[in-house]
Amino acid sequence: MSELMEFLSMGGYAFFVWSSYGLTTIILLAVVFWSSRQLKQSRTQAFRRALQHRNKQ
Amino acid sequence: MYRFAERLAPWLAILCVLTLAAGLYLGLVVAPADYEQGDSYRIIYIHVPAAWMSMFVYMVMATSSAVFLIWRLKIADIVAVASAPIGAAFTAVALLTGSFWGKPMWGTWWIWDARLTSELLLLFLYLGYLALRGALESPQSASKAAAILAIVGVVNIPIIHFSVEWWNTLHQPASITKFDKPSMHISMLRPLLLMVLAFQLLYFHNLMVRVRALILQRENRASWVAELAEKNHV
Repeated sequence: MSELMEFLSMGGYAFFVWSSYGLTTIILLAVVFWSSRQLKQSRTQAFRRALQHRNKQ
Repeated sequence: MYRFAERLAPWLAILCVLTLAAGLYLGLVVAPADYEQGDSYRIIYIHVPAAWMSMFVYMVMATSSAVFLIWRLKIADIVAVASAPIGAAFTAVALLTGSFWGKPMWGTWWIWDARLTSELLLLFLYLGYLALRGALESPQSASKAAAILAIVGVVNIPIIHFSVEWWNTLHQPASITKFDKPSMHISMLRPLLLMVLAFQLLYFHNLMVRVRALILQRENRASWVAELAEKNHV
């Protein structure tokens, strides 16, 4: 338990170290989720359009 | 191209998670504290990889912009657009983690020195690139104008890289140089290189996802998309 506390305290720099890692996680995860959401939306839209287009021909 | 990106993505994701886990474990738990900076130096494991990626992604963006302008390759244009938001994210991470490292070490969140200012300019280049694309009506002229902006912005990259040598600054000089013996101990260097690899993989995975989305948006009347749609029972 005390080992864990020591690890989390980062030699007194806990605020700076964990804020950095936290913000980085948030920003990078946001990009990952945004990209995969865009892919999902583009897929549904493109699939619908492509099928419509072919049925017209 | 679409199929290639689809097949490659899961492998990149798995490798990225593995290197990230190894890098974080070795960097945060195993590596010793720095004798001058204590544990605060551990920010290096995200700060330096993010800063390198901010420049690497920009070079990819500028190179593919040039390829697009010269050979009219559409996929080069797609790679450039897909890279921009990821590069902007890495730049933001480099700036923010730099701030959180600067405060305890230099006593300030921000100084207007050459390194920090040119890195901030890089963020504005990414955002300007995306804004320019959004602002122009015709996709052709948007691609062309944005490509030119990306190429012109390349002058900023050597400025960022050499700024710590050209001007006196609070920012410490490069931690790793290819030609010298590295100034870091192997126990600190190994996690750093793993984190660089993890960030690279994160970029390429993300790039594959975004490239697929953009191909679908542009080719939404192609017959191969219709075939794919039928295969997926949509």
